Amino acid sequence: MMSRFIAGRLAATLPVMGVVAVIVFALLRLAPGDPAAILAGDAATPEQIAAIRARLGLDQPMLEQFGGWLWRLLHGDLGTSIISNQPVARLIGDRIEPTLALACTTILFAVAVAVPLGVVAAWRHGTWVDRGVMAFSVIGFSVPVFVLGYLWIFGVAMNLRLLPVQGYVSLAQGFGPFIERLILPTLTLSVIYIALIARTTRASMLEVLGEDYIRTARAKGVREPRVLTRHALRNAAVPVISVIGLGIALLISGVVVTESVFNLPGLGRLTVDAVLARDYPVIQGVILLFSALYVLVNLGIDLAYLLFDPRIRY
Amino acid sequence: MSTAPVLDIQGLTIPLPRVGDRAHAVEALSLRVAPGEILCVVGESGSGKSVTAHAVMGLLPPILRASGGRILLQGEDVLAAGRARLRALRGSRMAMVFQEPMTALNPVLKVGAQIDEVLEAHADRLNARERRARVLALMRDVHLPDPERMAGAYPHQLSGGQRQRVMIAMALANDPALIIADEPTTALDVTTQAQILKLMRELQARRDAGILFITHDFGVVAEIADRVAVMRYGRLVEEGSAAAVLRNPQDPYTRMLIAAVPDAVPPPPRPRPAPVAPVLATKALEKTYGGGLLGRAGRTVRALDGVTVALQPGETLGIVGESGSGKSTLARCIARFVDPTGGEIRLDGEDIAGLSVRALHPHRRRVQVIFQDPYRSLNPRRRVGPSIVEGPLNYGTPRETAWARARDLMDLVGLDAGALDRFPHEFSGGQRQRIAIARALAMEPDLLIADEAVSALDVSVQAQVLDLLEGVRARLNLAILFITHDLRVAARLCDRIVVMLNGQVVEEGETAAVFANPRHAYTRALFAAAPGAHRAAPAASGAAPALDDVP
Repeated sequence: MMSRFIAGRLAATLPVMGVVAVIVFALLRLAPGDPAAILAGDAATPEQIAAIRARLGLDQPMLEQFGGWLWRLLHGDLGTSIISNQPVARLIGDRIEPTLALACTTILFAVAVAVPLGVVAAWRHGTWVDRGVMAFSVIGFSVPVFVLGYLWIFGVAMNLRLLPVQGYVSLAQGFGPFIERLILPTLTLSVIYIALIARTTRASMLEVLGEDYIRTARAKGVREPRVLTRHALRNAAVPVISVIGLGIALLISGVVVTESVFNLPGLGRLTVDAVLARDYPVIQGVILLFSALYVLVNLGIDLAYLLFDPRIRY
Repeated sequence: MSTAPVLDIQGLTIPLPRVGDRAHAVEALSLRVAPGEILCVVGESGSGKSVTAHAVMGLLPPILRASGGRILLQGEDVLAAGRARLRALRGSRMAMVFQEPMTALNPVLKVGAQIDEVLEAHADRLNARERRARVLALMRDVHLPDPERMAGAYPHQLSGGQRQRVMIAMALANDPALIIADEPTTALDVTTQAQILKLMRELQARRDAGILFITHDFGVVAEIADRVAVMRYGRLVEEGSAAAVLRNPQDPYTRMLIAAVPDAVPPPPRPRPAPVAPVLATKALEKTYGGGLLGRAGRTVRALDGVTVALQPGETLGIVGESGSGKSTLARCIARFVDPTGGEIRLDGEDIAGLSVRALHPHRRRVQVIFQDPYRSLNPRRRVGPSIVEGPLNYGTPRETAWARARDLMDLVGLDAGALDRFPHEFSGGQRQRIAIARALAMEPDLLIADEAVSALDVSVQAQVLDLLEGVRARLNLAILFITHDLRVAARLCDRIVVMLNGQVVEEGETAAVFANPRHAYTRALFAAAPGAHRAAPAASGAAPALDDVP
């Protein structure tokens, strides 16, 4: 039953990806801007630009370009960058580690901080603890990522000189330097997710704490921490997991700005550069990758529901 | 018996926060429960009986604090106990069984684990294997079938009665001296209620615990109580042995409560007009759930299995059955909230069973429903007036006319016209049900479906709402389809009764005839299980079969 569900969901990924491919391809061509003109530079003559267009195959009919791209795609070839002339797969492979590392540390840190905050806020509903958490989450929502990023850099890295200002060191070169450079980006990026997840946890917990079975647990003489975790949090988990999933999806866009601020050579930077240069194959490749990840994250979330609520069956 | 009481409440006073309609939730209350005794605390909603129970358990919300008195549990004042001490007492020396077995168990934990948790929280001396053995023994004690398997089940996989048995097993786990049962059978079917009451009596006789049993139903009191305490507005009104209070109530309020319990004796049949064409007639109505789109054999549930009923203008037809009998599905099919899978629903001769949503529209107005829970069936964010006129406006009634009619209806259902400008939460349960009736009548229906419309109300309020329905029927020559699980209520209001079981009609007839001579074994079982049946001379005397005989 379960494996059938998973297989079905994975199969459903394919049409989704197909639609994404069509839309991305069409939108990029509809948007203004010509990679050939950018490549040729400001002083190029129309003939030079036309030559470049012909070399890149951009002068062929749209449908043919799409067919060719799709055909190569089905054979596992994401294409070649117009600008750098490197295979898109390799460009992505080079850049994916910092992005994945930052996304993972961010989401782990956010969940680890936000869920307890939300639980305690709900448990101490109406007290200063609760109000503090709520105030923090309002601020967390309002402060833009780049402002926060520069504040951290200015305070922690430049004034106190506790951490490196920016840059990235691969995990392969040791955990210490790797994590050292991820701390500030993580702190920056996670604030808004902490706010989001803490608020959701609090609201969900507040509802659950009013349920009859919480009273039952207390009537049984169960200790309060256990009432909060085993009885309340598990029941409050489903909306929280949904928001965490949403957070992972939103992270993809959040990462772009953070990578610029901290000069991390990740996918966000790759995307921005590619968009500025109208590097179609790279943009298409990155977006396809993101949508595949997004579909997988959603599947993971649906499966996570099963862990927490036995009433959910697929 | 000269033993000391397990529970001794002395002069308990609990003030209500700021300006309520009264100053105290509980005032100068004194009660005692001896070991091996069942004390029934009886009262309507707002009488303070549940507040008292929660005060004993130390489970009151922080805004409610006892301002005076003592609550002695085996001599120890729980009001003076600190948090840790209270926690240690709860679940070990005192335990509680709650009203709603559907919501009182944690939906995401296995029931075995939930019983085990009580042991784990208190009995440190037991290891996991000993606890497991004890959990299974407890489940056997409360007569749960196949404990090994059932311990691994989740609450939603159990029936209401089974869940309440799990609650009772949890309460018994550490052999408490005092068990508080807060309306433990109110949410259950009558036959299940009878079984649970029997179980509680049996267990209590064996264990010598004192039981504080809270109820609003004097029928239940007659079944189970040794002594009775009647509460009203937070004060003790009357106290005495069950026999004395039931036979010879002293206080007028007690007398009113006892009188308000509909006894299972129908009034003499009222004269009715000669039969005319029925306003509603169903023929072999069917509703099957499941089966599935993929054509798999799968599990199908026949919620309605060939139901044929008919109803005339000015007549009340009672549909009686327990949960799962299909009575609510019947109501929903007739109102076309769900689509029947077979058969006919004729409104004034026209079959509406298969009509499309659009074709159904003109018929919708003619069938109106009053739901069980007036707390949830009215939109809390809308004033009463707009809720009432919305329907008629949808059907093109001019605004002025609709509002004028709404004001008339307020008068008809016994409310002030000013009620139209207020919100539902400003009304009591009974008043809200009156509003729900006015809302239904605003559509000028031919058929009124009352789906357990008085089940959530206090007995005295229940009587008033039944009177109102009776008056409305007479005045407007309405046909009423009255869905209920309570034979006593059906007896009061209905001209004819249909008894349903497993989606089928098992018995049908004039109310008086069915009560005097029930033909089907299941009907007899329902009569036997009705609380207080042993008190009132039962119509179905002697021949009541054991519940297990019922299919």
